[in-house]
Amino acid sequence: MQAVLLVKQLRSEFAGPFELTLGKGECAAITGPSGSGKSLFLRMIADLDPNQGEVWLNGRERTSMPAPAWRKQAIYVSAESGWWADAVIEHFGANSRSAIADLSARLGVRADLLDAPVAQLSTGEKQRLALVRALLHDPPVLLLDEPTGPLDENSVVQVEALLRERMAAGTSILLVTHDPRQAERLGVQRYWMTAGHMETA
Amino acid sequence: MTPILLTPVDISVAAILIVLDAALSIWLKLRLHRQLAIASARMVVQLVAVGYVLRFIFALDNPAATLLLILVMVLVAAREVASRPERRFKGGSNLVIGAISVGFATFVTAILALTTAIRPQPWFDPHYAIPLAGIILGNVLNSASLSLDSFLGSVRRERPGIEARLSLGESYREAIAPLVREAIRRGLLPIINQMSAAGIVTLPGIMTGQILAGLDPLEAVKYQILLMFLLSGGSGLSALATSYLAAWRLTDERQRLRLDRLL
Repeated sequence: MQAVLLVKQLRSEFAGPFELTLGKGECAAITGPSGSGKSLFLRMIADLDPNQGEVWLNGRERTSMPAPAWRKQAIYVSAESGWWADAVIEHFGANSRSAIADLSARLGVRADLLDAPVAQLSTGEKQRLALVRALLHDPPVLLLDEPTGPLDENSVVQVEALLRERMAAGTSILLVTHDPRQAERLGVQRYWMTAGHMETA
Repeated sequence: MTPILLTPVDISVAAILIVLDAALSIWLKLRLHRQLAIASARMVVQLVAVGYVLRFIFALDNPAATLLLILVMVLVAAREVASRPERRFKGGSNLVIGAISVGFATFVTAILALTTAIRPQPWFDPHYAIPLAGIILGNVLNSASLSLDSFLGSVRRERPGIEARLSLGESYREAIAPLVREAIRRGLLPIINQMSAAGIVTLPGIMTGQILAGLDPLEAVKYQILLMFLLSGGSGLSALATSYLAAWRLTDERQRLRLDRLL
């Protein structure tokens, strides 16, 4: 199988070197203690922090394209969701309202919250809407940092179902999670991170 | 009408007011008399020194000496801009940003005024160039430091939002734009306030000075209006330069947000 995401000798002064090969529609799940470098690894792939090494996506090295074009194809969704405008809907750009509402509904987020101020949302609602925001771009690779961290059981089931559906449609996912059972449920490849080094679990 | 020249006796009479303040401090146990004495002594020494420096430079009437003095003033202003914000860049970036934006705004507005509006002969006559640069610098310093403080203060707070935009494939320029806008706005507010209040709440310093020196009030007003325009131009330029330079310094060739460059 051809690799969608290929990571070679990726390192920074805080973590690495990392090696990873991720096929189309595959999910690699990373677990490990807090502060071990899981988020740093995802951020390095998205090129949000200074780092060295190669990352290839469908046969193209990331330095061959501008950073924004790269990030659009390997979207990083942080554990603490980020917002920059007042109303929720302002964060969705050109996406059609019905598309946003459909995906939100699948994750159990009420459609009327789209017009609410961000400040009114709970952490879990924000987390799910940040995931929706990334999914609407339909990137070949998703870098998910604890996507279900603040969610209740029911929502976790909904998020996982949606992610499985995307994987079946060909999206590759690199998932950081605290929940070893979630890693088992979703991850074809499983890794354990300690002190900036990653090994097969 | 010629200006009324002050004698040392005139000033000594006014100095009684400082002694009065000190007496008040002792009587009410304000513990300010020491600071009051130091501050007033400092003020006298500084101003007299500046008077001699200006007299010396005016007598030299050498463009290089004039330029050198203005450059020193710019550097002192840049140091103020650099040290004001609570958040700082590592290394000397604060100072560099301050010096470039303050220097750029001051030179552009001062040269514009000297060559088009005031037009002394020659245009770099220190009698005009130095006081004008001084007034512009004071204002430009204010807006540059407000802009820098606003930008550096908000960028850390807004980090999750900025990085979310970057992650979704927006450019650094788009992601940082609201912060740059807000920083420029902050830098421009004081001069807008100053213009709105001019003449009603306050009698601006230059105008007051010229009227005291015997100039016709309407002539003094014309100078003040010219000056306000210059100051708003200078404020705008320095707020713009400071904000864009700070934003530029916080990113790199891969359009990352480099907060690691802040202390």
